[in-house]
Amino acid sequence: MGKPSFREGLRSFLNARYSLESFSKLFKEKQVPVHRHSLWYYLGGTTLFFIIVQIATGILLLFYYRPTSEGAFESVKFIMTKVEFGWLIRSVHAWSANCVIFSAFVHLLSAFFLRAYRKPRELTWVTGCFLFFLLLGFGFTGYLLPWNTLSYFATKVGTEITAKVPGVGPLLSRILRGGDDVGDATLARFFSIHVAMLPLLLFFLMGIHLLMVQIQGMSWPPSFDSGEPRRSSESGGGPPSVPEEKKNRSIPFFPNFFLRDLVVWLTIFGIILSLSVYFPAELGQKADPYQPTPAGIRPEWYFLFLFQTLKFFPGHVGPFEGDLLAIVLINLAGLGLILTPFLDIWTKRGRFSPFLILGLLGLLYVIAATTMALLAPVH
Amino acid sequence: MQSGKRITTHLLLLAIPCLFLFCSLASANDTCQECHQALGGDSEKLVENFAHDVHALRGLSCVDCHGGDPKDSEMTAMDPAKGFHGHVVRNQIPPLCGSCHSDASYMRRFNPNIPTDQYTKYLVSQHGKLNAQGDQKVAVCTSCHGVHGIRSKTDPLSPVFLTNAPKTCSQCHANAAYMKEYQIPTNQFEEYHQSVHGQALLERGDRAAPACHSCHGSHDASRPKSIAIGNICAQCHALSRDLFVHSPHKAAHDRMGLPECEVCHGNHFIQKTTDAMLGTGNEAVCMQCHKAESKGFQIAHAMKNSIEELKTSLSDAETVVLKAEHIGMNVDEAKYDLSQAKNTLTQARAYVHSFSDQEVQSIAEKGKAIAKKANGGGEKAIEAFQFRRKGFWISALIIALLVLGLLLKIRDIEKKDPDA
Repeated sequence: MGKPSFREGLRSFLNARYSLESFSKLFKEKQVPVHRHSLWYYLGGTTLFFIIVQIATGILLLFYYRPTSEGAFESVKFIMTKVEFGWLIRSVHAWSANCVIFSAFVHLLSAFFLRAYRKPRELTWVTGCFLFFLLLGFGFTGYLLPWNTLSYFATKVGTEITAKVPGVGPLLSRILRGGDDVGDATLARFFSIHVAMLPLLLFFLMGIHLLMVQIQGMSWPPSFDSGEPRRSSESGGGPPSVPEEKKNRSIPFFPNFFLRDLVVWLTIFGIILSLSVYFPAELGQKADPYQPTPAGIRPEWYFLFLFQTLKFFPGHVGPFEGDLLAIVLINLAGLGLILTPFLDIWTKRGRFSPFLILGLLGLLYVIAATTMALLAPVH
Repeated sequence: MQSGKRITTHLLLLAIPCLFLFCSLASANDTCQECHQALGGDSEKLVENFAHDVHALRGLSCVDCHGGDPKDSEMTAMDPAKGFHGHVVRNQIPPLCGSCHSDASYMRRFNPNIPTDQYTKYLVSQHGKLNAQGDQKVAVCTSCHGVHGIRSKTDPLSPVFLTNAPKTCSQCHANAAYMKEYQIPTNQFEEYHQSVHGQALLERGDRAAPACHSCHGSHDASRPKSIAIGNICAQCHALSRDLFVHSPHKAAHDRMGLPECEVCHGNHFIQKTTDAMLGTGNEAVCMQCHKAESKGFQIAHAMKNSIEELKTSLSDAETVVLKAEHIGMNVDEAKYDLSQAKNTLTQARAYVHSFSDQEVQSIAEKGKAIAKKANGGGEKAIEAFQFRRKGFWISALIIALLVLGLLLKIRDIEKKDPDA
């Protein structure tokens, strides 16, 4: 018997201490269903890929970025004009920031309409919703960091809206701004939230989310419910066992689906690169807090439907302030989205769920409100 | 018909005692204004105009200029014994206005900063001199400031407000019939209006631009003597004037009695300067005095060459920088250099007034060096742009090959294990 190779030795060393075999077994036996909706399974992976791109480019930007009202714009300008490939790193970060939200949104939609939130994946859905809100938080806080006119005034408007949240609004707005107005303190806070607080929460939630997916496997659409794989606990604590009748319609996660994932990741990376080269991130004009709010200030596209919703409400609705009512309704909608697995009793009973209609109407509303906000004339 | 005339006469006879009755009832107020208002027509308009007169707004009234008793509701209000002197004779207007406006202690009550030398200046002005000789047509205070509705010179409705002043002067000076006996030109306003100064002030409302009084003076208005023209232009064009004074042209102009700036630039019809005015071409003003191949000719030629070379460098740099900007590159630094180079062109043009080819050449060389730097910045940005595009396509090719490799690998795996 020959001497074991370094790789085998290392594996044996780790296995003896951390029982890696059970992890690799879990990984090897994971199956990905193959059916006409399989395309949507890639969205989780693309979101993860964009998050990895964001972390990598964000760390590189941190080498030069200075989070002060005096230095922020200049440091971004320095990155764009002087740092080797700085323009590319920032442009990739900016484009990927938009793509990650789009990807997460579509992932959320696909999970909703395929009702992947149903038992036993209720908590996977809840963590997914929180992850989506976290990504929106990244967008909101990151938008201010270049400290240009657009970002400054959009943040000013955004934090003004926060102040209208009933009860805690004014306090929340003051905590975010670090004072009465958007200034140096706001930038410092947004920076800290963007690069420390949100990433910590993201790692935590993403870890739980991925672990749950790993343990429970991919969800089958409801039409396959009769053959839903049994949970690991039901199969003696091992990985989820896949019924024989479904094995023909599944592929192993590794390497088959993983390689497909890589194809998709490389393709979207190429798209991000082309967008960054042909439409690099703009620098804009340095923010001047003493200037009046310029015409046409509006938030990023993913907040436009909320912005438009506030516009739909009149000054007063009965005894309530219009803005206040709109914010309460938006918050209730968000809460409803998180609690969908527990509220949708129809799917649990295997019946047609009115949540599908509700979701479709919600999606149409988001698209219509965003389009209206985009087409609204600039005053 | 007869009876109609009789009724009108009776009504008129009745109106006079009624007017006096009205005046006597209103005797608690200023009877001058009340009676003149009641008379209607021009008299009424006079009272209306006086309501926004700068004097009325500061509490002065008719009696301060015309005398009389404003409390007296009878005709005796206009009794010379009560100081009434009625209509002020034209040539007595300046001393009448001066009686208050030259009194510094009195004027301080209204405005501590108001000048009180207007009348003194007027006496030495061309207008004042003719007025003293009994000329009843020459301008007096009211000719420019108006009467019974005088507004502050800072009021845009005032005829002496900066943008209105040239038109006010032209009321007389552009009237050939009125000015005939003085035998002076009457086309100044027309020329001024078309000049660079007139266009700036009258068309664009640029109040930094000079009006007639900026050069001729206002209360002391006079023809600028040739020796003073340089000083007048120097009020705004200080550098050009300073360079001129230290140039060989100054002594030559003094010796020949030439009106300095006016020789090349003219007076009322001053046009925006062009580089064609410099050098040895057909439009070059240098050629008005300097003969071909003279020293002056050579210097003019050298100065023109330096400026043209700088302009060419600037134009080349601008083309490159704009091209780089057009393709979306950040060229802030190159644009800054370009603006600095443009400043040197302005400086070189001003230094033409030194009439030193070496001075102009030195500035032009400095400008050319900055323009070259801007050009380099633009070219570097264009190169970076091309590098980005090439780099992208190489990256895209590598990505495509990797994707192809992965797809082949997937096919290979799935061929080996068709169940997977």
